Amino acid sequence: MYSEKVMDHFTNPRNVGEIEDASGVGTVGNAKCGDIMRIYLDVDEETKVIKDCKFKTFGCGAAVATSSMATELVMGKTIYEALKVTNKAVMEALDGLPPVKVHCSLLAEEAIHAALWDYAQKHNIEIEGLEPPKADIGDE
Amino acid sequence: MEKLIYLDNAATTALKPSVLKEMLPYLEENYSNPSSIYSFAQKANAAVDEARRAIAEIIGAKENEIYFTSGGSEGDNWALKETAELLKDKGKHIITSKIEHHAVLHTCEYLEHQGYDVTYLDVDENGVVSLEALEKAIRPDTILISIMFANNEIGTIEPVKEIGEIASKHGVLFHTDAVQAFAHIPINVDELHIDMLSASGHKFHGPKGIGFFYMRNSIKLGALIHGGAQERARRAGTHNVPGIVGLAAAAKYAVGTMEENAKKEAELRDYTIERVLKEIPYARLNGDRVNRLPNNINICFRFIEGESMLIMLDQKGICASSGSACTSGSLDPSHVLLAIGLPHEIAHGSLRLTLSEETTKEDMDYVVDNLKVIIERLRSMSPLYEDFVKENPV
Repeated sequence: MYSEKVMDHFTNPRNVGEIEDASGVGTVGNAKCGDIMRIYLDVDEETKVIKDCKFKTFGCGAAVATSSMATELVMGKTIYEALKVTNKAVMEALDGLPPVKVHCSLLAEEAIHAALWDYAQKHNIEIEGLEPPKADIGDE
Repeated sequence: MEKLIYLDNAATTALKPSVLKEMLPYLEENYSNPSSIYSFAQKANAAVDEARRAIAEIIGAKENEIYFTSGGSEGDNWALKETAELLKDKGKHIITSKIEHHAVLHTCEYLEHQGYDVTYLDVDENGVVSLEALEKAIRPDTILISIMFANNEIGTIEPVKEIGEIASKHGVLFHTDAVQAFAHIPINVDELHIDMLSASGHKFHGPKGIGFFYMRNSIKLGALIHGGAQERARRAGTHNVPGIVGLAAAAKYAVGTMEENAKKEAELRDYTIERVLKEIPYARLNGDRVNRLPNNINICFRFIEGESMLIMLDQKGICASSGSACTSGSLDPSHVLLAIGLPHEIAHGSLRLTLSEETTKEDMDYVVDNLKVIIERLRSMSPLYEDFVKENPV
């Protein structure tokens, strides 16, 4: 059902964990539907480059794999470049997802956006094109 | 061969080699159509009769009350749709429960579209139907009560005898989906006041695609499948002779070893439940502790999601199932777990292990040992667990 890449990212997820005093944190999804993703960002104040990115996910195999891949894709990018990491990019990097799991990649995109939004709010900056998170249940 | 521990016997079971051996002659040399007149067909015809006798004897029915079907879903459809048709002048009200198999629930939804009224009874936290609520739900236009014998997910055995008595007292027909119960626990249709019963061969080491429907002689439901004179013109289609032979062979074997196997499985079940609840925190058993199928274990682990758990178990060679949304193919977790009152996020973390007579203590120890590691790993990745730990510091 899952591609080898998805299984690899599920079995050996990259960047699992928390970042203490993270520059931005975003949590999306809800437990009712069975998927929650939280993304932590550590952003360089000067260059706005994402130096570190970690995630925690409650969800299915695809939810874990898309979170893992999303953190890999935004790592080392500036916050402006990170905004351009779409769910499609996440899916392609994973060699595709079963149709019923496409929503997991959307959730991963939203989680990144939510973390960027949190960063922007805390640092009083505007990231062009970034909208407030739709499903942020974090409220922290 | 890679390690394989099969613990999904409520989904299907392995065909017993001895059962296959009895079936083979009817796939090979005795391939005749048992409805044919020539003597070549007599052997197949006799085999079908013999199988019918064996099944009837097991549930205390008459031979002509047993109809061979394709399995449990067909029986459920037959009971509901044809009772609805037969008794539509008496009334259009059907009573069932919220934890039935979808073969019953979706058929009820279909009947609702046809203008029938269905009452879905609640169950308590263990999944038991309330007899009081059942009796209260009966109306003058109630034509059928359909309550499962034992639940496929949480293993709870319903108070079938009492339900049968209530149905009989009120003159309402009673059908039970006994797919998980037949050949696992004793059933006598007269003692339990059962009017109709559906069962399926592959749930007790028989072949797939074969089952039977019991219909009391006094009930004259019409055919669900039209087209021939088989099964006293109530179920058309050339007899699946090898399937029928296999169904009866598997049932005879299962009933003959029932007491011994049930005891063995229940001991192993209880041992596993005890180990899991003792060694893994934030776990709870679903289903009735006592009135429970001997081979069913269903446990929820908080803060984790079922599909992830199943994939990790699979990587260790363990076949299990879950009631999470991802495994149910919808956004909602299992309707059974919701009906016993579990919140969504807990229902997503359910694990069902269903044992067979082949399951050993070593198997279950291997499962629990691996499960501990898997649950810990998934919790370490879970934002729900992270929040819980922050809110509840040790």
